[in-house]
Amino acid sequence: MLAETAAASSGWFLEHAWLIPVMPAIAFAVIIVFGKKLPMKGSEVGLASMSASLAIAIGTTWQWVQRVDSVHSSEGEGALARGVFGFARGLVPRAAEGGEPYVEPVIRSWTWWQSGGVEFGLGQHIDGLAVMALLLVTFISTLVQIFSLEYVRGDRRYTHFFASITLFSAGMLAMVLAENTVQLILGWEIMGLCSFLLIGHWWEERANSEAALKAFLTVRVGDIGLLVGVAILFGAFGTFSIQETSRIAMDPGTSQTVLLWAAIALFIACIGKSGQFPLHTWLPDAMAGPTPVSSLLHSSTMVVAGVFLVARLYPVFYNGFDIAQNGNSANVIAVIGGITIIIAAGLAFVQNDIKKVLAYSTVSQLGYMMMGLGVGAWTPAVFHIFTHAFFKCCLFLCAGSISHTASHHSFDMKKDMGGLLRRMPITAGAWMVSTLALCGVPFFSGFFSKDEIIDNADHNGYKVFFVVGLVGAFMTTAYMTRATYLTFFGKARGAAAGEHHHDEAHAEEHEFALATVGPDAHADHGTGVHADHGHDAHATHSKPAFGIAGESPILLVFPLIILGFLAVVSGYINAAPFKIEKFLEWVEPRASEFAPLIDHAKFTWAKAMPSIVLVALGFAVSLLICKAVFGEAGSKLKGLTQRNRALGAGHRFLVNKYYLDHLYEKVIVHGVAHPIAQAAYWINQNVLDGIVNAFGKGGRKAGELVYKYVDQGLIDGIAVDGSGKAARGTGGALRPLQSGKVNQYGALLFGAAAIGALVLVIVNI
Amino acid sequence: MLINNFLLLGAVLFCIGVYGVIARKNAVMVLMSIELILNSVNINLLAFSQLHDNTDGNTFALYIIAVAAAEVGVGLAMVLLIYRNRKSISLDELSEMKG
Repeated sequence: MLAETAAASSGWFLEHAWLIPVMPAIAFAVIIVFGKKLPMKGSEVGLASMSASLAIAIGTTWQWVQRVDSVHSSEGEGALARGVFGFARGLVPRAAEGGEPYVEPVIRSWTWWQSGGVEFGLGQHIDGLAVMALLLVTFISTLVQIFSLEYVRGDRRYTHFFASITLFSAGMLAMVLAENTVQLILGWEIMGLCSFLLIGHWWEERANSEAALKAFLTVRVGDIGLLVGVAILFGAFGTFSIQETSRIAMDPGTSQTVLLWAAIALFIACIGKSGQFPLHTWLPDAMAGPTPVSSLLHSSTMVVAGVFLVARLYPVFYNGFDIAQNGNSANVIAVIGGITIIIAAGLAFVQNDIKKVLAYSTVSQLGYMMMGLGVGAWTPAVFHIFTHAFFKCCLFLCAGSISHTASHHSFDMKKDMGGLLRRMPITAGAWMVSTLALCGVPFFSGFFSKDEIIDNADHNGYKVFFVVGLVGAFMTTAYMTRATYLTFFGKARGAAAGEHHHDEAHAEEHEFALATVGPDAHADHGTGVHADHGHDAHATHSKPAFGIAGESPILLVFPLIILGFLAVVSGYINAAPFKIEKFLEWVEPRASEFAPLIDHAKFTWAKAMPSIVLVALGFAVSLLICKAVFGEAGSKLKGLTQRNRALGAGHRFLVNKYYLDHLYEKVIVHGVAHPIAQAAYWINQNVLDGIVNAFGKGGRKAGELVYKYVDQGLIDGIAVDGSGKAARGTGGALRPLQSGKVNQYGALLFGAAAIGALVLVIVNI
Repeated sequence: MLINNFLLLGAVLFCIGVYGVIARKNAVMVLMSIELILNSVNINLLAFSQLHDNTDGNTFALYIIAVAAAEVGVGLAMVLLIYRNRKSISLDELSEMKG
């Protein structure tokens, strides 16, 4: 395969990959300056730049694959066996003998600025990881911008939305191809800024601006770690270059203490950015932003930046935390990742907001990636970034599509969704496929990546995290089944059933809707009222007013179809059961000089069985519970709607339903939380307050004595009053100087300067 | 090298500027006077730069020009706002800072 030429040459696209972030950056400037005057208010510029970036990214990927293949075939090893489709490669023992051909990354760098002999460069470091991320980010950004064309149409800050989202892409792309850590920080901070801008896109609502601030500040806490970590690495190694840093970190002579501290500092940044356990709280709140933003930034691309950083500087973490050492059953990355998986998955069960479920799911999946990196499964973790981006982005866009078309801009699964399967077949289909992928059902993409992480945790001797991964898989299936059930099955509720829950303002429309459609058609009839209250953003979009609302508009559905398709097929780049290991071949750096050699677990169906069984079990259990709880609730609700229709109070329908939910959640949440709260209260009242009161009484007695003699006599009399008088005297004397007249101040200034100059002259002479 | 001439010009400009800052009541005139002072400094810098055949002075002068532009921008913005609020830019009336 073009061995002699491609081995040396790198091709135009590889050499010019730096154009990928430059184009959206230029587009951002154009949108900000001219956006409002353009016919499509700037969105066309953003979309065009993303498409161009995508085109270059595809070219880069293609040439990188060629480069890898050419290096492999020039080694003359297994070229025939791989054949055209690259099958039958998995049996070649790898890594162990370290004889794998190493594919040089394409590195270019230009000096950005220099200070005191230190050069700060901007450049590109194109290797498998960067190529994967570039392709991913450009692809998803393009699709999300297409989705946004319809979704934020008519928004009052439409132009700014596209400007921010384009700038975000520029920042993310600049980060993933960063040649040095300074450029990495640059891209990282641009992303943080855009996240802030986009979460707070509808800042008129206080909750949104608070969520934006929370996200920004929480991530900033972590960002301090990034600065410190980069400073440590530069101080110790004297270079910002990522390749050099990797090389030095892999050098056995490098001090492990330095690596450990650098790794800790950098990992704090990753915890903040990737929503890991102690700092994960910002991510669910970030759902206050528009859905395309959640889908692009807060699920598929920006939040994996932390994972990407660990993967990028993996030698630092690998040797710093001593991941390789067998028998070492835990390290910081794995522990944080493991905790995140379980905690976030647990929270996903009690959310009513569909986006919050997905947000916690994202946090949980990021935990998987982190854990994968922590247990030494670099390639599966990076592969999980890849597959997760497609199906999670798709899930978020599905949620957006539902809220846009069916549920009247509500994201509340219990209030405003249900029974949407027949109404929105394409959205439902995309959702189902993505859910199956997320749950790790065999032959969907998530299976190939998630199962590899779990398998490798076992393989590398991290038994605890093997179990954590399995439990996480079970929980994932259970909460996604619940969300799917609530959204697509059962009876249509609330806005999805044409009910209108802002009755005060729109009572007459509400009645009209009911009168038009009739009571029995709730499950099937359309969007119902689509008056222009809704969300701020959607004041003017056009909608079918009444009747059977079908699927969302084509601009919303088109990205869903593509992403749903990819949620199935993206896993087949690295499908271990079928001995396809293309992803591993293209992305993994196999050079002991620059990266740890990774020992991969061999896939067997027997080892995959536990997770498959647990996924099936999670599905079955969750489905039974959902049927029992929500199914019955649905039937009762139907009765309620009919009775309330006569009264014309659809509002109570929702209130009553809420009451049922309240009861249901009290069993779980209250049952656990209440005793703890009671115990804490008792301890507060009796133990702590007693101590506090005793101290208080004693303190008061002492205070009275001190007040009487020391304070009044000594301090007040002499110290305070005396100094006060002195200050007042000098103040009074200097007061005329503060006339408030600018000219006088000027005269004083020049007078003082003249005296100073005179003194200088006299002293010098 | 006629350095004395340059220094003399700088000194004269400086004195005019100082006089303007101290004596004028019009805020815009005061800003202009400040510009005069800064430019007199520039003349000195350039003169010495020529004398010692060293470009440091030129660099400083360039910096001063840039900073002076920013300063006068801010200053005029303030004057504009003051005018909008009080319909006057007389510095006599601006004594809110009086202690």
